[in-house]
Amino acid sequence: MKPALFDYTAPETVAEAVATLAADESARPLAGGQSLIPIMNFRLAQPGTLVDLGRVAGLDGITVTESEVRIGAMTRQRTLESHAGANAAHPLIAEVLAHVAHIAIRNRGTVGGSIAHADASAELPCLLLATGGSVCATGPEGERTVAADDLFSFHMTTTLAQTEILTEVRIPRLPPATGWAFEEYARRRGDYALAGVCALVTRGAGGVCTGARLAGCGIADRPVRLTAAEDALRGSTVCEDALMAAGEAAKGHATLPDDLQASQAYRADLLAALVRRAAVRAAERAGG
Amino acid sequence: MSTRQFGAPVQRNADPALLRGEGAFIDDIPLAGALHAAFVRSAHARARIRSIDTRAARANPDVVAVYTADDIGALDAPLPLLIPHPSITAGGKTQRPLARDEVFYAGQCIAMVVAVDRYTAEDACEAIAVDYEPLPVELDLEKAVADGAPLVHDDIPNNVAAHFIQESGDADAAFARAEHVTTVKVRLERSTAAPLECRAIAARWDRVTGELMVWDGTQAPIAVRGGLASVFGIDEDNVRVVAPNVGGGFGQKIMMFHPDEILVPLAAMELDRPVKYIEDRVENFIGASQERAQIHEITLAALKDGTVLGLRDSFLHDTGAFIPYGIAVAQVSSTSVAGPYRIPGIWVEFKAVYTPCVQVTPYRGCGRPQACFAIERAMDQLADELGIDRFELRRRNFIAPDEFPYRREGLLFADGLAVNYDSGEYAQALDRIVGEIDLPAFRAEQAEARAEGRYLGFGLGFYVEATGLGPYEGGRVKLHPITGKVYVTTGLTDQGQGHGTVFAQIVADQVGCAPADVVFVGGDTQAQPWGVATFASRAAVVSGNAIHKAALRARAQIVQAAANMLEVEQDEIELRDGGAWIRGGNRSVSLAEVATATNPLRYAFNESSKTATQFAPASRHDGPPLAEGTHPGIEESDYFSPPHATWAYGVHAAIVEFDPETCAIDIRRYVCVHDCGTIINPMIVDGQVMGGIGQGIGGAFYERCAYSEDGAPLAASFMDFLMPYATEVPDAELIHTETPSPLNPLGIKGVGEAGTIPVSQVLASALEDAFQPFGIAPVRESPLSPSMIHALLREARARPA
Repeated sequence: MKPALFDYTAPETVAEAVATLAADESARPLAGGQSLIPIMNFRLAQPGTLVDLGRVAGLDGITVTESEVRIGAMTRQRTLESHAGANAAHPLIAEVLAHVAHIAIRNRGTVGGSIAHADASAELPCLLLATGGSVCATGPEGERTVAADDLFSFHMTTTLAQTEILTEVRIPRLPPATGWAFEEYARRRGDYALAGVCALVTRGAGGVCTGARLAGCGIADRPVRLTAAEDALRGSTVCEDALMAAGEAAKGHATLPDDLQASQAYRADLLAALVRRAAVRAAERAGG
Repeated sequence: MSTRQFGAPVQRNADPALLRGEGAFIDDIPLAGALHAAFVRSAHARARIRSIDTRAARANPDVVAVYTADDIGALDAPLPLLIPHPSITAGGKTQRPLARDEVFYAGQCIAMVVAVDRYTAEDACEAIAVDYEPLPVELDLEKAVADGAPLVHDDIPNNVAAHFIQESGDADAAFARAEHVTTVKVRLERSTAAPLECRAIAARWDRVTGELMVWDGTQAPIAVRGGLASVFGIDEDNVRVVAPNVGGGFGQKIMMFHPDEILVPLAAMELDRPVKYIEDRVENFIGASQERAQIHEITLAALKDGTVLGLRDSFLHDTGAFIPYGIAVAQVSSTSVAGPYRIPGIWVEFKAVYTPCVQVTPYRGCGRPQACFAIERAMDQLADELGIDRFELRRRNFIAPDEFPYRREGLLFADGLAVNYDSGEYAQALDRIVGEIDLPAFRAEQAEARAEGRYLGFGLGFYVEATGLGPYEGGRVKLHPITGKVYVTTGLTDQGQGHGTVFAQIVADQVGCAPADVVFVGGDTQAQPWGVATFASRAAVVSGNAIHKAALRARAQIVQAAANMLEVEQDEIELRDGGAWIRGGNRSVSLAEVATATNPLRYAFNESSKTATQFAPASRHDGPPLAEGTHPGIEESDYFSPPHATWAYGVHAAIVEFDPETCAIDIRRYVCVHDCGTIINPMIVDGQVMGGIGQGIGGAFYERCAYSEDGAPLAASFMDFLMPYATEVPDAELIHTETPSPLNPLGIKGVGEAGTIPVSQVLASALEDAFQPFGIAPVRESPLSPSMIHALLREARARPA
């Protein structure tokens, strides 16, 4: 469990980091190292060069604007979790982060690192999807913004190029009349979830659900929007029947085959239960 | 009078240094210029090796040596089968240090690289190309013993490594009399000890003195010394094995030899450089040792009133690819399966089965969790079928206090001696837990919860545990003249249990000092060359009593010397507060002064030693300064050899909540009543029992050494082998009763493994209760997972009502 030989650089600007990545196809950026370093120790990843983003100026910090929360990619997860402004703008952030591993890991782990790593079971990519967020990335061609819906292509794979660095994560403010909830079940506290659900439910007159955004983690080869469940909730009063229908509908999104910890059938039923629980809590918080 | 230390919750003396990070584990031993070893391990469960190409690795300038089976000379032979037994199929199999021509499990060592650092060694391992021809495998125990199954070893028919039948009383007669017969088939899966510190070894060869110095994270340094002396053909006194701080063992480190334990010393001798090998976590999962997998079919013969007359148990025991520790685990299972119950007619049979997996050697509990699961699942079923309360059925079958010693004639335990329970108050333990749980109140709560759609369940499990096996241990107590410290030395080792503290308590009471003034020395073959090892919950029982005997001798010497010094009769001397006092007076001599005075000196090097020099006034007496038949100083040794194992026991109960939507389980309450005889230190006993319960919860719900059908280990990290965190282990309520053992002077029984044993049964029993409204099939497996429970639930829902 020792990593293979690698080079290490610690650039001080994004441009320098991008240039290093562009010059060496085997180079990979290092953020908080909470996933990459263990994977290297297992020799499952053998980057030729680690480009440590720890000294790059301007990559951390949280700004809350009128429309969104902007989180520098190198912002530690624990910093975001405890950021009053960010959580006032979107309270789902802290609720989700409480489930990300353990405090010691959140102290080192970064927001951008987790999203760029894109583990299909991780909570933060799921949060980004559910909130309709986006990321900024800088590459040799310059800067671009990628919507969450277009970001995650496979387990531990995003649509960002090897030469691009994720620089900022943007989470829109919680829309009005919208409630939020996160539900997950992990075998052990802090583990990757066997299934997890972020839910945002917007209610209008008479408590009718006018909008729903749900995303799941741990259930497919990437974090996924639970669109079938959203459809089942929309237009309903989030009554028992609608919740059951949403849960049933969500099952189709649980596409992971049987694995060591969960059969596909179990995961699907678990997802349905979590969808019901998340949706009902979110609906309660939406009021109406 | 000093406060009695025996029985007091004295704080653990090893902890301050460990908590400050001042412990010295193997990897902390400073070894200038040490080389590092790493292993190429088999990628296949069962395969022929066509070729091994080490050229690229050998070409690396930072690689000092590469060893394959061809490079280790006489060591290229099967490692010892430590505990032979007539039931083992001829040619019992053990692994070679490095595979020759074929491999038998994924993870088996094929080549060892020695390099300037571990990174380079691992790089070189990656550069070694092994060409395999994979062979068919069968991992399912029942299929593996069927005709035509792929064989792990070509010359072992049906993969049967051992076949053993034992009988006590007349089981056939019992079954003939039975009014009710019930059968349960249970299955337990593989688990592993997963100690915090993986295995580790370092070796240094001194060409000048001819001494082989080995630091080994072992539970058995004295045995390792003997083994190494034998392997290398050198005298035992020229091999020194030290087990320094060791981060947990749980049985995995009682096993010897793991291949590195002889290959690292070999490399150190051949290369004339210190060599170390620090096993990593993956290697521990795929290469060290595992346990637990058994399938029991147990049948009870009973009368309608619940009296169990007979028991038949036939089980398959997974021994992995090899059987280096003999049938110990299976034999413990087979002799523990009757539990605390009288059951006069017993017939037990097992087959140990070779499977192409990591070898099986004892892991905390050593066959007892399996036996407990089998008998207690059967007792629960019998209670339900006869309509007798689960407590009451057990109460009716307990061996009564006046029936001890209770001998199961015909059953031989793993120490080769007859099963003979020494003492117990089983019904009293059960009554304690009945009182704690208040079952009627729970049943009311359970009914209320069900009405709200919440599902609670209650379960219990009783177990007995043979502890404190022989053959013997030694202890030495020495008083040091300068500091007055008392050194207590024994041959066995500590892996965090707190032996040093309890041994200090035993000694402190006899010599009249504070436990803090007792220094524990263990795990060093030079300090104490005679002894056995730490296993089978035996350290306190066997070493503790040896130390007690040595302390009594030391006490007598101190009293005699002090009486001479103070010029009073011996019965006027009282030992307390670090000195010898005249009873009722204020004159005393310190232990340091006694130690000094009892050693006639040539030179005076300090004030105190002046009194002991041969020209001191006190020395003017007839005869030689050292009287015939005496020895200088206060230093006494003794040994303790128990007649047979002493039987500890306990009963655990739990209340769980089951969530049918997520299939999650919440342990809401866990109560343990435990009896390990007379308690030396209740705080340490609490720690042992609580740690055991935590490990038991791991075994019941979380930890599983899963393999793919083709024998690939699937749980080779803590991502997949789910050792529970503190968040998964509830606070248990621990209640101790004390029924002294009549088999040793201190009346103690072992406690190391206790907590682990009944947990799978307790939780299975509780879940079964919680499952009742769902018509779920009885729980017959351990461990359980939410996914498995989900499958049971689906099956129940699919069944026509």
